[in-house]
Amino acid sequence: MITHTARPLKVVLYEGKGAIPLPAESRAKVMMALLDKGYAVARVTESGSNSSAPSDDHTLLLLGTFPARQAPELEDATGRVKIEARDITDLDPDSIVALVEKSRGSKPMNEPGKWKPWFPVIDYTRCTNCMQCLSFCLFDVYGVSTENKIQVQNNDNCKTNCPACSRVCPEVAIMFPKYQAGPINGDDVSAADHGREKMKVDISSLLGGDIYSALKDRSAAAKSRFSKERSPDKALDERKKCLTKLVSDGFIPMDVLASLPSPDVILRKAEEAKARAAAALAAQ
Amino acid sequence: MPETLLYCRCAYAQVVPTGVKNDVLQRLCDSGSSFETVSDLCEMAAHRDPRLQNLVNSGKLKIAACYPRAVTGLFHQAGSPLPENTEIFNMRTQTAEEIVGQMLQDSTVSVAVEG
Ligand code: SF4
Ligand code: SF4
Repeated sequence: MITHTARPLKVVLYEGKGAIPLPAESRAKVMMALLDKGYAVARVTESGSNSSAPSDDHTLLLLGTFPARQAPELEDATGRVKIEARDITDLDPDSIVALVEKSRGSKPMNEPGKWKPWFPVIDYTRCTNCMQCLSFCLFDVYGVSTENKIQVQNNDNCKTNCPACSRVCPEVAIMFPKYQAGPINGDDVSAADHGREKMKVDISSLLGGDIYSALKDRSAAAKSRFSKERSPDKALDERKKCLTKLVSDGFIPMDVLASLPSPDVILRKAEEAKARAAAALAAQ
Repeated sequence: MPETLLYCRCAYAQVVPTGVKNDVLQRLCDSGSSFETVSDLCEMAAHRDPRLQNLVNSGKLKIAACYPRAVTGLFHQAGSPLPENTEIFNMRTQTAEEIVGQMLQDSTVSVAVEG
């Protein structure tokens, strides 16, 4: 299970009115170290752009070099954020980071290295709401909104390093920001990508016929053509072939195949996804 | 409307070249500007961190992260769509000099106006 709901403590390096600026080398070093540990950090000066205080239920740790080494007593005007201020005069970067860690105490926080944020991100400027991703994913990552729009609903279910669904999207609308190569990483989609990225497998054939175009067509004749169910064994076989090919191409990690549900569950899930996709398309 | 400069460290899976992201942060630190940094925007979007909405509400945003299409999609998916005037700079493809030059350009102007 992924436990990634513990939000980071926000640290403010305060160099505004009433504080002495930090030494330049120290400032960047402290920020890098804190960010790499998962903290959110703001630097506040008297000039420059805006900086926002978090309006959530968290503690704000304000660090500064204050005259007479005396950190001011601070209160959030809204009363929602607890502000702790600490003086860091003469502290080296390592000691500043240690002070932050100590202030956090045993409060849980997500930390880099323990989990990789890996999930599909839909580019709605490209998505045509065709629902192919919903039908393809066996891990219930996708769902349908109350307005019958495709949505990423269970991103925790996504298999780390598996960008397979991006290949079934006919519009190249599915991104994985942590992926190495474009256009899956969010790089611009070229005309060549549009052709190349499409998986050379008719995904709808894995699910018992081209239900999508049938529904879009909406003619009774077209619908009836797809009412005949294909052999479940054949559909399962084709789905497996497709996934095995993606693994052998190095496109999806081996452990995704290993974590596939049983054939019965795959078939059930495919049926359920098909029904959900069909209902959403019919309601459009 | 004040500007907020936002830097994403991409700390949970480093797809941004280390040299560029360190250089961008160093240059922001060396400037006199206030700015916000986050450990990883993807991580925040994954659990729909309300701080994304705070950032969106804080004024015009200038973001140093990765591909604009990805960053826009992340905020949208997290339920905090970015306003149209947001500027996104790509540390995967642009140089630190280019990025920080553009991030600081107008904020200097806004300081002058405010001052
Ligand atoms: S497959 Fe692509 S175009 Fe179709 S609904 Fe999914 S994201 Fe949208
Ligand atoms: S938004 Fe881009 S730069 Fe930031 S964490 Fe995600 S992939 Fe990395």
